[in-house]
Amino acid sequence: MLKNLFSLFRYRVLIQSLVVRELKARYRGSVLGFLWSFINPLLQLLIYWFVFSYIMPTRDVMGMSPYALFLFTGILPWTWFSASVLESSGVLIAGGNLIKKILFPAEVLPIVVVLANLVHFFLGLPILLAFLIYYGKLNATIVYFPFIVVMQLVFTLGLCLFVSALAVHFRDVQNIIGNLMMMWFFASPVIYTYLTISPSIQRWLNYNPMTHILVGYHQSLFTGSMGHWPWLLAMVPVSGVVFFVGYAFFDRLRETFAEEV
Amino acid sequence: MTGTDRDSTDSTAIRVSDVTKVYQRYSHRKQFRTLKSALLGGSLLKALEPDERFPALTGVTFNVRRGSTFAIIGRNGSGKSTLLKVIAGISKPDSGSVTVNGRISALIELGAGFHPEITGRENVFINGIMLGLTRKEIAERFDAIVEFAELEEFIDAPVKNYSSGMYMRLGFAVAIHVDPEILVIDEVLAVGDEAFVHKCLDKISEFRRRNKTILLVTHSLGLVEKMADEALWIEKSNVQMRGDPKKVVDAYLARVSLHEEAELSDAEQRAVAAFEKPKATVSSAESSVSEIEPQSAFEREKGRWGSREIEIKDVTLEGPDAVAKHIFTTGEPMTVTLHVGSSGTIDDFVFGVAIFNADGLCCYGTNTEIEQFMPVRLSGDGEVRFIIPELRLVEGTYFLDVAAHQRDGYPFDYHRALHRFRVQSRVKDVGIYRPTHHWEFTPNIVLEPPDSSS
Repeated sequence: MLKNLFSLFRYRVLIQSLVVRELKARYRGSVLGFLWSFINPLLQLLIYWFVFSYIMPTRDVMGMSPYALFLFTGILPWTWFSASVLESSGVLIAGGNLIKKILFPAEVLPIVVVLANLVHFFLGLPILLAFLIYYGKLNATIVYFPFIVVMQLVFTLGLCLFVSALAVHFRDVQNIIGNLMMMWFFASPVIYTYLTISPSIQRWLNYNPMTHILVGYHQSLFTGSMGHWPWLLAMVPVSGVVFFVGYAFFDRLRETFAEEV
Repeated sequence: MTGTDRDSTDSTAIRVSDVTKVYQRYSHRKQFRTLKSALLGGSLLKALEPDERFPALTGVTFNVRRGSTFAIIGRNGSGKSTLLKVIAGISKPDSGSVTVNGRISALIELGAGFHPEITGRENVFINGIMLGLTRKEIAERFDAIVEFAELEEFIDAPVKNYSSGMYMRLGFAVAIHVDPEILVIDEVLAVGDEAFVHKCLDKISEFRRRNKTILLVTHSLGLVEKMADEALWIEKSNVQMRGDPKKVVDAYLARVSLHEEAELSDAEQRAVAAFEKPKATVSSAESSVSEIEPQSAFEREKGRWGSREIEIKDVTLEGPDAVAKHIFTTGEPMTVTLHVGSSGTIDDFVFGVAIFNADGLCCYGTNTEIEQFMPVRLSGDGEVRFIIPELRLVEGTYFLDVAAHQRDGYPFDYHRALHRFRVQSRVKDVGIYRPTHHWEFTPNIVLEPPDSSS
């Protein structure tokens, strides 16, 4: 397994070109092309701003003002996470031709999914940063941001490897995962803040790694105080374990892919 | 396991020893077994156990010499592709081992991995990287690839707009320019037009000259005889035969004939059985054998009619040594035997035979009336033999009409296209009829005669 893991390094050029291909293919044929990666999050933010300013104006809840910006801070990484998991549930089946006809490291496929979505996440960041600056929210705690991204990357990779391998054998996964992600969305502090929920519920949400990752984003980008750091530190080994378990599971099933997809 | 093994003798490119591969088929029950029940049942991995197994390869052993061209033949589903996958390392054998010396082109299907939305250029790069080249190597070979594929004009168009021929050409061009030490070709020459196929064959010949190993899987037996140094015939997951391509192909063809023979005689029995009942109302004006005309390309309908005063109970085709069969080789003797019977004594009768090709074209037709035999008497059971000392038909499927009727055409028993036989030939000449012939050249025109063994 470790040998396979190290050989991944050899495939970095392949992974890189597949990510580029993924991004190119996504916008091929559209007039605005790559600009969509900026326009989409911008439009999203404008909609939030409009809804929460005029349709259902929110009271100034502590730590969530302006709400549209708070929401956006969490929505961007969440979109990266959920799109990756959703897409990876079908990626091995869709890439069956590669797995069956070419000597091809299958784990490259879910990894490409996660990285392509990471690029999208990054492309949304300039918009977020611009508005953070506009609202005077930019703090020194932004230095923690890359650390949180890496943690989320490791965690997402592990989960996606697991889901993609599982979906080869149980096609049901592809159908159920959408609902699961919806549940997960509400079980993570994206539309609400971790600090205002009751301790009895908080206790349960603490089991969700995405809770701490999202609180990390909020604190490093929005509030500017890293009060959640012990939890974030605890997530380091958790992410690592998730990754290794996911990879081990994938590795175990690897040989069945060529016959099952 | 696929890997490089430096210890094995240098002259061996691929060593396959005792490889067994069992495919695991999950029964239909599996379709309804879901994640939920797997979770409820406890172990997830246990739920992945197959319910049914069938062998794709059983104890396959052979070596491929470095620099040789090695052909694998066999019927569909015999395990050829599985063997290729195992050699290429795409799937792993359940037991036994595969050792590959040198870089193998791990490509089983041309153009596998092309993404339809991006351009041919981008696909060439990505496909090349998948096949183990570096960006730089691809850049160096890019022009050669495009030129070989003859896609200069379209290389910057998305691959989804390519015709299937263009797609395959690009796929082949990339695969061949990866320049592996061991080239695996799985039935790729079935695509492309004549000119491109020739180009591919030239490229493959160039590979051979450069002492590279070629592993060829094909149904084109002519290609096997022409190109391969050694052939392997796989039948139902087992190695059936291995050795000189000509011998292997001959043995394989003999087996295929045997199979076809069984099918033809089966089909004939069914056809005759379907028209077993005599049709009562037949006017004497209806067609007679003497009126059989060359028909157009319309398929002739099968049929049987007549009063059955003389009945053709059975028709057998015999080759040399009076062996009944349905598959003949051009030039072989053929005897058509009509097993006839009559309940009374009849003094006005004609026997006729006609051969049609698959297009319904009459190749030959005759009867005893045309050849001026005078009927005298027929009673009880007997045999009529129509003997052809040399069957000079080219390769193809032929239909036989046989008939017994009165001289005025009133049919006793008429079988139209109920009997079928195949003619096969090593020489792929065209037309219907092969006259006895040979070629002569004046000394200033020099041709290499074909292999005497064929």
